Amino acid sequence: MKRSTLILLKTLTWIACLGPAGLLAYQAVTNTLGPDPTANIELTTGYNTLLLLILSLAISPVRKLMPRLTWLIKFRRLLGLFAFFYGTLHMLTYVALYANFDVHAMLADIQKRRFITMGVTAWLLLVPLAATSTNWAIRKLGGKQWNRLHSLVYVAAVCGIVHYWWQVKPGVLSPLNLTLVLGVLLALRPVLAWNQRRKMRAVAA
Amino acid sequence: MLIGKKPDIPSSAITSRDEYVRYQGRRRFLRTAAKTAAVAGAAVLGVERVAEIFAPRTGVLADTKLQTVKSPLTTTGEELTSFQDITHYNNFYEFGVDKGDPAKNAGGLPTRPWTVRVDGKVKNPKTFDIDSLLKLRPLEDRVYRHRCVERWSMVIPWVGYSLSEFINLCEPLSSAKYVQFLSYYDKHVEKWSSESTIFWPYSEGLRMDEAMHPLALLTVGMYGQVLPNQDGAPVRIVVPWKYGYKSAKSIVAVRFLDKVPPTTWNQMAPDEYGFYSNVNPNVDHPRWSQKLERRIGQPFYAQTRQTLLFNGYADQVGSLYAGMDLKKNH
Repeated sequence: MKRSTLILLKTLTWIACLGPAGLLAYQAVTNTLGPDPTANIELTTGYNTLLLLILSLAISPVRKLMPRLTWLIKFRRLLGLFAFFYGTLHMLTYVALYANFDVHAMLADIQKRRFITMGVTAWLLLVPLAATSTNWAIRKLGGKQWNRLHSLVYVAAVCGIVHYWWQVKPGVLSPLNLTLVLGVLLALRPVLAWNQRRKMRAVAA
Repeated sequence: MLIGKKPDIPSSAITSRDEYVRYQGRRRFLRTAAKTAAVAGAAVLGVERVAEIFAPRTGVLADTKLQTVKSPLTTTGEELTSFQDITHYNNFYEFGVDKGDPAKNAGGLPTRPWTVRVDGKVKNPKTFDIDSLLKLRPLEDRVYRHRCVERWSMVIPWVGYSLSEFINLCEPLSSAKYVQFLSYYDKHVEKWSSESTIFWPYSEGLRMDEAMHPLALLTVGMYGQVLPNQDGAPVRIVVPWKYGYKSAKSIVAVRFLDKVPPTTWNQMAPDEYGFYSNVNPNVDHPRWSQKLERRIGQPFYAQTRQTLLFNGYADQVGSLYAGMDLKKNH
């Protein structure tokens, strides 16, 4: 890929990723966040966290299935970090607007409410991944170690989806679409790994 | 007036929910048949107006003004939530699970003709026509706080009269201990009802003394006008000291019972939604605290406020629950 094309695509990705946050900021300033601003902020940031996390998880399988798209790897870190950015906004919204900065209330919530426990777990799992996202950290850890650490992203995504299901009312199916996509991605992993091993054996033989 | 008119089917045959669903199907069939006949007539005569005369009116414009009187039972000292927010942010799962869905999808709710069937433990089963319900008693302006179990709240100027006045006309037997409200259900009109796994029709209920409390409102309007479809047209219940889902919308049947009726959310998740569902900051929802609430229509930094016991109506309704363990009977 030409360098200029890459820069253009990266710029567009940045704009797309910043879009929801920019819109929220604009709406907050103009007081047009809708009837329930707090819920709007919480839902928008939460949904985009999961969406970006799942998009970043889709990159490896897509590359394996379509070798022409291998350059997509250049976008994975960007998507992952934006997922962390939205996850952090999501958590801060809870801290400020839902819990009113009440530490006792938050501790009680984390202890008693499984959807909050699960959400906090998902966010905590993303912290070391975001922290080791630099080229320096990748070199320091070594590819194998780094890959092993970053497979935690699957756990985080599953925690995030479970958090979503536990938050909605029983019988409400709004998390279904993201769940299905994540399910397909998780199921694809062993299939693609098996396929690759088969190919390698074929080459060796 | 349809009061006192014999019901189409004997009460012995209309006790089950299945039967109710079939009844809804018949309603729909009759309506469709009437429409078809009217349209056919119009085609033969070539007169458009014939269709207008014979086709059943399926709605009354939401901006139809109602004659109302003041009420001493109205809540004072609260800033009203805007008409726009009340009508564009609410739950009515038959029309979709998003808060904006009811406003988008409830247009097809056929609010005319509309009848409310009364049966169960009553002297005689009856059917009330909506237009007679509107004239039974003077319509009062009643501002109430509205607290959703999801932690958001509003202040809504409802129009209606005490449910007790209606119940007295129903002549319940002394064996009637509970009253059940069934909402309109037609999966062809409410095709969004499949977005959740709820078993329709929506059912809610109250203990008899709760239903007879003067604050419990038989509601036909809001902001001085006919109820907008998405807010439960043409007639709904409003029980201001309970979480919003207890206030069933678009009522087609009222049934008096000697035992606790099955209610929709309680059946979906009994640990989360008790039969009583009184607003209570000291009883947590299993998934979140109920101590705080978010007032709709305020900027994000000014939304949060304390939730009050019985939604601020403790002085009026507290005695209904004297000696009861409110945690156990949540």
